[in-house]
Amino acid sequence: MTATVDKKRAGGFKSRWAAMPKQVRWAAIAALIVLLYILPNKWFYEYLGFPIGSDYFAFYTTRSDFAGVLFDTAVFVLLAVGLNVVVGFAGLLDLGYFGFYALGAYTVALLTSPESRFGTNWPWLAAVPLAVMVAMVSGVILGGPTLRLRGDYLAIVTLGFAEMIRLYAARNEGVLQGQRGIPAIPHPPGTGTDGKPLFGVVDARPYYWLMLTLILIVLLLIRNLANSRVGRAWVAIREDEDAAEIMGVPTFKYKLWAFAIGAAVAGLTGAVFAGKQTFINSDQFVLESSILVLAAVILGGAGNIKGAIVGGAVTWYLPEWLRGVGDLIGVEFDAAEYRILVFGLVVIVMMIFRPQGLVPNRRRAAEFADRRKEAVPQETVPNE
Amino acid sequence: MNFDELFGNFPALTITGLEQGAIYALIALGYTLVYGVLRLINFAHSEVFMVGTFTALWTWQALGYDQNSAAPALGPLILAVVAGLVVAMAASALTAVTVELVAYRPLRRRNAPPLAFLITAIGASFVLSESFGISTNRAPFGMPDLIPQKTVFTLFGAGVTNVQLLILGVTLIMMIGLDQFVNRSRLGRGIRAVAQDADTAALMGVNKNRVILLVFVLGGLMAGVGALLWDVRFGYTKFNVGFLIGLKAFAAAVLGGIGNLRGALLGGLLLGVAENYASGLFGGDWKDFTGFVLLIVLLMFRPTGLLGESLGRARA
Amino acid sequence: MRQKLARVLGGVAIGALVFSGAACKADSGSDAGGSKAACDLKIGFFGPLTGDAAGLGIHMRNGTKLAIDQYNKDNADCKVQLSEYDSQGDPAKAPALAQQAVGDAKVVGIIGPAFSGESEVGNPIFDEAGLPAITPSATRPSLSTKNWKIFHRGVGNDTSQGPAAGRYIKNVLKADKVYVVDDQSAYGAGLVDEVKKVIGAVAGEDKIQVKQTNFSAVVTKIQSSGANVLFFGGYYTEAGLLLKQLKGAGWKGTMVAGDGVNDANFIKVAGEQVAEGTILTCPCAPATAAKGTFVTDYKAAFDNAEPGTYADVSYDITKIFLEGIKAGKSSRADLLSFVNSYNGTGGATGVTYKFESNGELDPAQVKVWAFKVNAGKVVPDIEIPKS
Repeated sequence: MTATVDKKRAGGFKSRWAAMPKQVRWAAIAALIVLLYILPNKWFYEYLGFPIGSDYFAFYTTRSDFAGVLFDTAVFVLLAVGLNVVVGFAGLLDLGYFGFYALGAYTVALLTSPESRFGTNWPWLAAVPLAVMVAMVSGVILGGPTLRLRGDYLAIVTLGFAEMIRLYAARNEGVLQGQRGIPAIPHPPGTGTDGKPLFGVVDARPYYWLMLTLILIVLLLIRNLANSRVGRAWVAIREDEDAAEIMGVPTFKYKLWAFAIGAAVAGLTGAVFAGKQTFINSDQFVLESSILVLAAVILGGAGNIKGAIVGGAVTWYLPEWLRGVGDLIGVEFDAAEYRILVFGLVVIVMMIFRPQGLVPNRRRAAEFADRRKEAVPQETVPNE
Repeated sequence: MNFDELFGNFPALTITGLEQGAIYALIALGYTLVYGVLRLINFAHSEVFMVGTFTALWTWQALGYDQNSAAPALGPLILAVVAGLVVAMAASALTAVTVELVAYRPLRRRNAPPLAFLITAIGASFVLSESFGISTNRAPFGMPDLIPQKTVFTLFGAGVTNVQLLILGVTLIMMIGLDQFVNRSRLGRGIRAVAQDADTAALMGVNKNRVILLVFVLGGLMAGVGALLWDVRFGYTKFNVGFLIGLKAFAAAVLGGIGNLRGALLGGLLLGVAENYASGLFGGDWKDFTGFVLLIVLLMFRPTGLLGESLGRARA
Repeated sequence: MRQKLARVLGGVAIGALVFSGAACKADSGSDAGGSKAACDLKIGFFGPLTGDAAGLGIHMRNGTKLAIDQYNKDNADCKVQLSEYDSQGDPAKAPALAQQAVGDAKVVGIIGPAFSGESEVGNPIFDEAGLPAITPSATRPSLSTKNWKIFHRGVGNDTSQGPAAGRYIKNVLKADKVYVVDDQSAYGAGLVDEVKKVIGAVAGEDKIQVKQTNFSAVVTKIQSSGANVLFFGGYYTEAGLLLKQLKGAGWKGTMVAGDGVNDANFIKVAGEQVAEGTILTCPCAPATAAKGTFVTDYKAAFDNAEPGTYADVSYDITKIFLEGIKAGKSSRADLLSFVNSYNGTGGATGVTYKFESNGELDPAQVKVWAFKVNAGKVVPDIEIPKS
């Protein structure tokens, strides 16, 4: 009984949301965006009358700077949005997505840092488009010969690609300077009202706002793309590649597009990251991160942009928040050491109860419901 | 490039490469078996191996050996190795089965999309390695040198040691045994049937869940053997020891043709030897790099691995 | 329609109430300020406590924790707290943690960052906020050339230890065939470069990868080179494994390595027989009487664990901060000038801590000793002369 009530309510929210006038929906989305922009500000909490200390409200991270965590989370969200094009839309399993991110970051570092062996000393802004291009082109170069591989073989090839980039970067003699890394990467340009540079060292908020803006722009672009001819081609490829090919969809071309777009987004993210970090080395591009981004996409619900956003946020933010959870509930307990363990458990439990992801793609959810119906007779097959 | 190094030490590099490759192969079997039946990359398999290395170590500690003890006499030695082997195999198999029951079966019951399995696999991998990391203070552990290496005979100027013979011998025996089991026995027929067509096999009266459980047990047992051989040869473990070797073993399985038992052996040996040659030719910093280049190039020319993917028979 | 809108707004209001409720609960105790300013100050530890490098970080954290616990026992009315910033050794995670430390006004000193990579990212942030930092273990020489006012190094850097290790190999061991291996880390490769400068021609060199476990190719190369001394630049795990596999293959030479290997875990990985005779250099003085109580205190406090590399340094440099706090230096600026003008001997290491204007330990105080593994213990061998 309660189950049906719940279902009705959930459906009710969705239909009510859809039934609302367009203006209200736009206003709600705008309000959400504004909220995201003011999230890291202290005055916001002061204005609301929340106590000022290290704990503003239950979602505040008490062991690492909230604005810094928000920036890192935003990095992850943008990566998840980009990978979602590859995995969620086109259905290509990419285990080495961080490789493109590393390429973007290293391109910026090499071109801008006075300590790089290129010695070009470009300003940060000039290097960003090139970083995006480099990532995109390498996406095409890697995709060209390998996208003919299917499913899990593609997974290992992309994984190998990301590891090759990292292993090359780790060599201390190469231009990437190994673990010694490339320091003194310039910050993004701009001067604040107080005459100091807008993008400084201590305050992470400008970077977060920059990242948030980029996310919104990329979201708009990808959303339009997904609703276009290209997006429909991706869905067709994901559902049944052979059928799509027979129906006249140039599958290889569109797969390559997805790969290149995903790579470009990762390159952009890496470029911004390098500009904030000012120092990058091979330790920052480990394989585990590639896997985490993939986990973010699937956790949120592959094929759904909203899902990618939620997944990316959970994957980075949850472990950071768990660091300080002991303080929050007032227990003398240091959760920091257990946070990865807890994250693993949460992932398993979440996938068991919501296998289609937190915010599933509507089309995929429908598919999923069909499969579930099909699954029922299989369960009743007599044993032996 | 250093051709002197490569050709001067060619026989030695080959033998040590084969030895490492044999351990890759034993672990690769676990990936291949599960993939063949479920079409699932069992990312938690690296931790199954890790559990094996730790339990064998604990067995030896319980028997009174630590990293400083001298090599025991033949009688106690056999006892220690066999006890370690049995415990490691049992623990690894148990871990593999637990992962299947906790992380995969509930998803299968809900007929979840394939990507969901990948994520629970990663989650299970985190949980296993982190819980070992926390309980062992993330410290590295050395082990008793139970079998001191002795050169038994020389082959083209390279000494072949007793441990190398043991590793290669045990791997071959396990390999042949598993191959025969899958191809000859009644249970093995079940595995092949489910691998070829799960639904039809179910209609023919094969209990799918039991076959899947069996596959995890077999993969775990092989990883346990690999873990013991690892302990005997390298005498070291740490909570994250599985990650890199799991990655290599997975690459080896793909190299040989994932889902193909003999492919796993071939891929493992090939990867082990290739890595060693690369170390000789370009230097140790190119070891892993070359492994991945080999993998990518090979997959471009043979998209389903060296021997093609099949557990028993080619797939459509 | 209006009714629906009202309902949505109501929902938002309820949500806000829930948040503020949680916030009220979290309120207690924060923002004390004012009169008791010198108490409840915090010293931050910045380094890896989880992840691959945690083995090194945990010991340093323990050294810091031991010093603070001892201080709190003696000063129960005015305690100092330890704040842990677990960087996982990953420079990407460092900024948010450093910004948090800077934003917490109670944090007056930082022990760390533990590694050179995270120092490159974290120290500019500490510098901007004037938060004094003393690193127990980041030995990259270039760190002291970045004009960070807050940077202090509690150990000698790679340019003090590397040449000393080279001189030991050349003058004490009088080795003619030396093979050098590094792990491509900034630390390991830097050390090997310095050693090569001193000894000149080497019998051969190779590189390994961090986390590598099978060294058969390197072992083959070392054996066929006929080298009788191996210098290894890297950390204890790889060192232990490499030596174990070398000796297992019948190599009879001596391994020399830096302070990254000078850790009880090295003997634990390699085993006593294998480790026997290995020479470990360290820019630190050998055990004094005081160090005796440090080791027993440490073991008593942490489940009988042997203090790992830099645990003693962390302990001593934490005591510098604690002395400053005891002397009433309760602001970051005061503590920074206290550390800058500090001149005193550490109880655990026996090193006299006196910093130069760029934050380096006074070179006159940097003593490099050679230690030898003897029957499972690291015992002092000789002090390596400066030239």
